[in-house]
Amino acid sequence: MRGEGGPLLEVEDLRVTFDTEAGPVEAVRGVSFTLGRERLGIVGESGSGKTMTGRSVLRLVRPPGRIEAKRMAFEGVDLLGLSERSMRTLRGKRIAMVMQDPKFSLNPVMSVGDQLTEGLRRRDRLGKADAVRRALEMLEAVQIRDPERVLGAYPHELSGGMGQRVMIAMMLIPEPDLLIADEPTSALDVTVQREVLAIMDRLVRERGMGLLFISHDLTLVSKFCDRVLVMYRGKVVEEVMADQLHAAKHPYTQGLLNCLPRVGGAREPLPVLERDPSWAE
Amino acid sequence: MALIEIDDLEVTFGSGADAVRAVRGVSISVAAKESFGLVGESGSGKSTVLRAICGLAPISGGAIRINGAALGSRRDKGFARRVQMVFQDPYASLHPKRTIDATLAEPLTIHGLGGRDKRVVSALEDVGLDPKFRFRYPHQLSGGQRQRVAIARTLMLEPEILLLDEPTSALDASVQAEVLNLLSRLRAARGLTFLMVSHDLAVIDHMCDRLAVMQQGMVVEQIDRAALADDSARDPYTRELLAASV
Amino acid sequence: MKALSRAWLLDPSPASRGQARLGQAYLGWLKLIRNPLAVAGVVIVGALVVMAVAAPLLATHDPIAQSLPDRLLPPLSPGHWLGTDEFGRDIYSRIVYGARVTLYIVLLVTVTAPLFGLLIGVMAGYYGGAVDVALMRFTDIFLAFPRLILALAFVAALGPGIENAVFAIALTAWPPYARVARAETLTIRGADYIAAVRLQGAGSGRILVSHVAPMCLPSVIIRVTLDMAGIILTAAGLGFLGLGAQPPLPEWGLMISSGRKFLFDQWWVATMPGLAIFIVSLGFNLLGDGLRDVLDPRSASGGKG
Ligand SMILES: Nc1ncnc2c1ncn2[C@@H]1O[C@H](COP(=O)(O)OP(=O)(O)OP(=O)(O)O)[C@@H](O)[C@H]1O
Ligand SMILES: Nc1ncnc2c1ncn2[C@@H]1O[C@H](COP(=O)(O)OP(=O)(O)OP(=O)(O)O)[C@@H](O)[C@H]1O
Ligand SMILES: [Mg+2]
Ligand SMILES: [Mg+2]
Repeated sequence: MRGEGGPLLEVEDLRVTFDTEAGPVEAVRGVSFTLGRERLGIVGESGSGKTMTGRSVLRLVRPPGRIEAKRMAFEGVDLLGLSERSMRTLRGKRIAMVMQDPKFSLNPVMSVGDQLTEGLRRRDRLGKADAVRRALEMLEAVQIRDPERVLGAYPHELSGGMGQRVMIAMMLIPEPDLLIADEPTSALDVTVQREVLAIMDRLVRERGMGLLFISHDLTLVSKFCDRVLVMYRGKVVEEVMADQLHAAKHPYTQGLLNCLPRVGGAREPLPVLERDPSWAE
Repeated sequence: MALIEIDDLEVTFGSGADAVRAVRGVSISVAAKESFGLVGESGSGKSTVLRAICGLAPISGGAIRINGAALGSRRDKGFARRVQMVFQDPYASLHPKRTIDATLAEPLTIHGLGGRDKRVVSALEDVGLDPKFRFRYPHQLSGGQRQRVAIARTLMLEPEILLLDEPTSALDASVQAEVLNLLSRLRAARGLTFLMVSHDLAVIDHMCDRLAVMQQGMVVEQIDRAALADDSARDPYTRELLAASV
Repeated sequence: MKALSRAWLLDPSPASRGQARLGQAYLGWLKLIRNPLAVAGVVIVGALVVMAVAAPLLATHDPIAQSLPDRLLPPLSPGHWLGTDEFGRDIYSRIVYGARVTLYIVLLVTVTAPLFGLLIGVMAGYYGGAVDVALMRFTDIFLAFPRLILALAFVAALGPGIENAVFAIALTAWPPYARVARAETLTIRGADYIAAVRLQGAGSGRILVSHVAPMCLPSVIIRVTLDMAGIILTAAGLGFLGLGAQPPLPEWGLMISSGRKFLFDQWWVATMPGLAIFIVSLGFNLLGDGLRDVLDPRSASGGKG
């Protein structure tokens, strides 16, 4: 029985520290949020700790990185207390993550089809034909034009955006309860992006999946998500309702919004972000 | 005369039943010092067009001419000095085991050019990177810094044409603004010709004078910036793209 | 001069090529010695090197001088704390000098087999197609034979002796390195950074040697270190069978072989060199495991986690 009432994911005072030879680097410094069956966006500039926050939930931070939190619970189960083995059964099946860099995350010497069906055949014990059918359906859903060909292709034969969509398909196939999507659409044009977002949206609305949507595209997040966390240097500096993002108060959020070029905008140099040391406090 | 002329270009990967026609009869021409944009659907062959110019994709038909001279099947050192490319992913385009210095000096060694120290330092300066980055390794740089190094590398041979494959799509908004400003400044200062791919119409609109819209390996519309602004795009995909981008 | 201070090595903004390289090496070293097992490996391999270099100082006796009155003395006898063999030679001194032979074998194998394997693997992976098929079939032929048997056949053909034994071992050891290098090359040959140098006008030779090979090197080094135990054992095995080093050379395998005759009554003659082989093999294995953490490009690339 799934707890329909309680939040899906609770994170309180999450810290990620890298003990490097040159001293500790704090990548995430006390992030707290709760996620229900909704779309929560995380935005922020490069290096602000978005990816590390997402990876922490799956405990996928590599040494010398360390994860600490007062509480990090998935459906009430403390994730930090789980054994590596129970963690492995959660990963992929219940909690899935679309990695930022599909070219790095896909296996370069295994065909797309084998990678897509591997989980289905091993975990769900599906026959080959059924697994292939599921994979084809999913590729079609993410708007891949000739799914049969892509199934037989190797990652280097895909365009940037196709790699990204294959990664998304791979994570959606097991129908996870929580999806962490790290820049899932950064290489997609707006029309394809719309379709891919529609699938995620459907999963949230119809199946009650929780979605943690990490992106540096503020416009996109403000259109697609319900709530948004704005991160700067490992901290959440602002939390707003997505549709209010353009009215955000924090100068950092405002600065990020101003940097974007606009169709028909002036040709002069784009404004760049002037960082204020006090934001990091 | 146009500096880059692409005439009915066809690119086919593989052969027989598995052949993939990634580019089907694309014709565009870019004048000297112009900035030309390619936008389009994911997988529509934008990157492949750029790679074909560089000899990194199998051309199965049509012709590419640079300054009137048709390119053969091999790209020689002379080509390298006229045309350079910036790749999409700054995390994948720098050799992980070489310092920035080694990466920037490599083209000079290949072409037997002297004054390496001076040139490397001035290239870093041109892209607004502090000289202290010179002996760092790529993993010690942020995405935006890496993309600056990649741009500096293309400038080492002082080419006249820069091919840019989504130079900012892996970067966040603030860094994107910095890199776009840098590219505009370099183009003005050096009289460069840009052929730039992006899936973001706003970026292309900011950087380019004319653009071609691609879908399924074909150019469906060529349009200039003014026409884009007064909404006179005709192709349905272009209109859809425009509608979603404002 | 401020060179070689800790701060200078760890400077995030090195001022010269050399400083950058040393700094990276030092970081690797720090990472290595953080792992206690790897430290044990370093100590053992270091001890082997010291023993080989300073053998005349460390040894208490001439390793080949026979002294029949002192034959087969047990360990802890006065003057012979590891005992003596059937010719009255001091086992401790023979083991110390044997380190030279072992190190010699190790060095010879490491400069031949991995380089050859790397070359074949990188070429097969980079050029692909027919070159790949031809080179890999060639590799498969060598892989198909059990190592010791193939080495035996070579030595039988070439005649016994250390150099021939090393040659035979190298001939049988390279295929796995070719495979590792090929697999690594396959994943990087399509990388943008390789396309970028090609675009700058670099020829295949330059790309292979200075761009592809350095990326394959870590996996090969790890593999070599882990294989070292096997190589030492093969060398000892050849010595044991009388096909490697020839008497009276103090080679460990040979020593075991001659001690075999008295294994039940004078166990130490065979056991002491056996222990030496065991310890050194273990040392290389531990070192290899430690190096994996340091050199593996996937764990070292840092930035992009
Ligand atoms: N292995 C490591 N050692 C030291 N610091 C690290 C390591 N990995 C990541 N970091 C640091 O952690 C911080 C957060 O990185 P993270 O990848 O979460 O950023 P991000 O917000 O996802 O940025 P981007 O938009 O570029 O993906 C960065 O400042 C980075 O320097
Ligand atoms: N090496 C290859 N082998 C086979 N097919 C390939 C290869 N490289 C590209 N393709 C195919 O060519 C088509 C065009 O790819 P290309 O990379 O040019 O797309 P793109 O327009 O740049 O898309 P994106 O915006 O997603 O990067 C795709 O269908 C892709 O699968
Ligand atoms: Mg990230
Ligand atoms: Mg592309």
